[in-house]
Amino acid sequence: MDAGPVLWVLSQVLELESVRRGRAKPMSGVMKRMGMIFRAKANKALDRAEDPRETLDYSYQKQLELLQKVRRGVADVATSRKRLELQLNQLQSQSGKLEDQGRKALALGREDLAREALSRRAALQQQVTDLETQHSTLQGEEEKLTLAAQRLQAKVDAFRTKKETIKATYTAAQAQTRIGEAFSGISEEMGDVGLAIQRAEDKTAQLQARAGAIDELLASGALDDQSGMHKDDIQAELDRLSGGTDVELELQRMKAELAGGTSGGQQAIEGGSTEEQSRQQPQDTPRFDKQ
Amino acid sequence: MIVRIMGEGQVTLAESRLADLNELDEELLAEMENGDGPGFRATLQALLAKVRELGEPLPDDSLEPSDLILPSPDATLKEVQDLLSDEGLIPGTA
Repeated sequence: MDAGPVLWVLSQVLELESVRRGRAKPMSGVMKRMGMIFRAKANKALDRAEDPRETLDYSYQKQLELLQKVRRGVADVATSRKRLELQLNQLQSQSGKLEDQGRKALALGREDLAREALSRRAALQQQVTDLETQHSTLQGEEEKLTLAAQRLQAKVDAFRTKKETIKATYTAAQAQTRIGEAFSGISEEMGDVGLAIQRAEDKTAQLQARAGAIDELLASGALDDQSGMHKDDIQAELDRLSGGTDVELELQRMKAELAGGTSGGQQAIEGGSTEEQSRQQPQDTPRFDKQ
Repeated sequence: MIVRIMGEGQVTLAESRLADLNELDEELLAEMENGDGPGFRATLQALLAKVRELGEPLPDDSLEPSDLILPSPDATLKEVQDLLSDEGLIPGTA
């Protein structure tokens, strides 16, 4: 019997389900059927054992294995969660960079370049939203498994105490009835936890595959380069543009100086801002007075 | 009476409340058998809400078996069908 704890528990669910199907009276309701399946599983394991006290030890062994498995599961989920957080940070800083580039391009009058930066950013944001959903899924999974591990630990401890008492106090025949309830209770928990850990593993595996794909994307720079152009093409263009523009602006300023006096445009802007300030001041002053 | 919500733990609730639950449970079964996914989800949530509302959580170290067992809140119709059938539960087998 080398089956892992989950397989062990589940195989019993299935065996007993078959048995139940053969002789069960018709049952209605999902929760009744499920309760029945889990109970039958425990009974079957007990029926099979020659000395039920041996079943106790064997079950205890499986409980410890399952507990280990759940703890490993919690650790695995936490690792995946942290990896997602790292990726989210990378994507978000990438997205911030594109936004800055977009703003700069627009300031330099290159709407086409700004459009390109912003559409790349939109694609990134899609990834971010996606990862955020996955992150909260993982967080929920981690919390559930942590609680499951706590519950299972408490039950395993209680079971160990009960097991020792039964082994020390009762004959095999007496033990049969004594352990029935404790055994059903713990194997039900094991079945439940076993399924929970299975689901968590499945989800984590799915997310890890996607996380791996995103890591590759980030590493390859493909997220920067969805148009197929050179990697940091937007930045290169911006650098080129702003370099040129600085020179242009400087030239304009010098020309204006030589022509004598500041340009009309600048006066208008200064005049506007002064007007605005003076309009705001009356509103601000009473506020200070009240304090 | 003890009810387990899978993935959450057990609660105990008065036998007299069973009638309330039964109605929803029958509905859930019908939806499962008819393959009514949205109906199944809605009824499952309603049933779980009722059990949580009426039930008192059992201590963690309790070893009592449950009378009734409910799927976890995020369980899909397919998963519950598998749970109640002979196939699809054993991990690692295709």
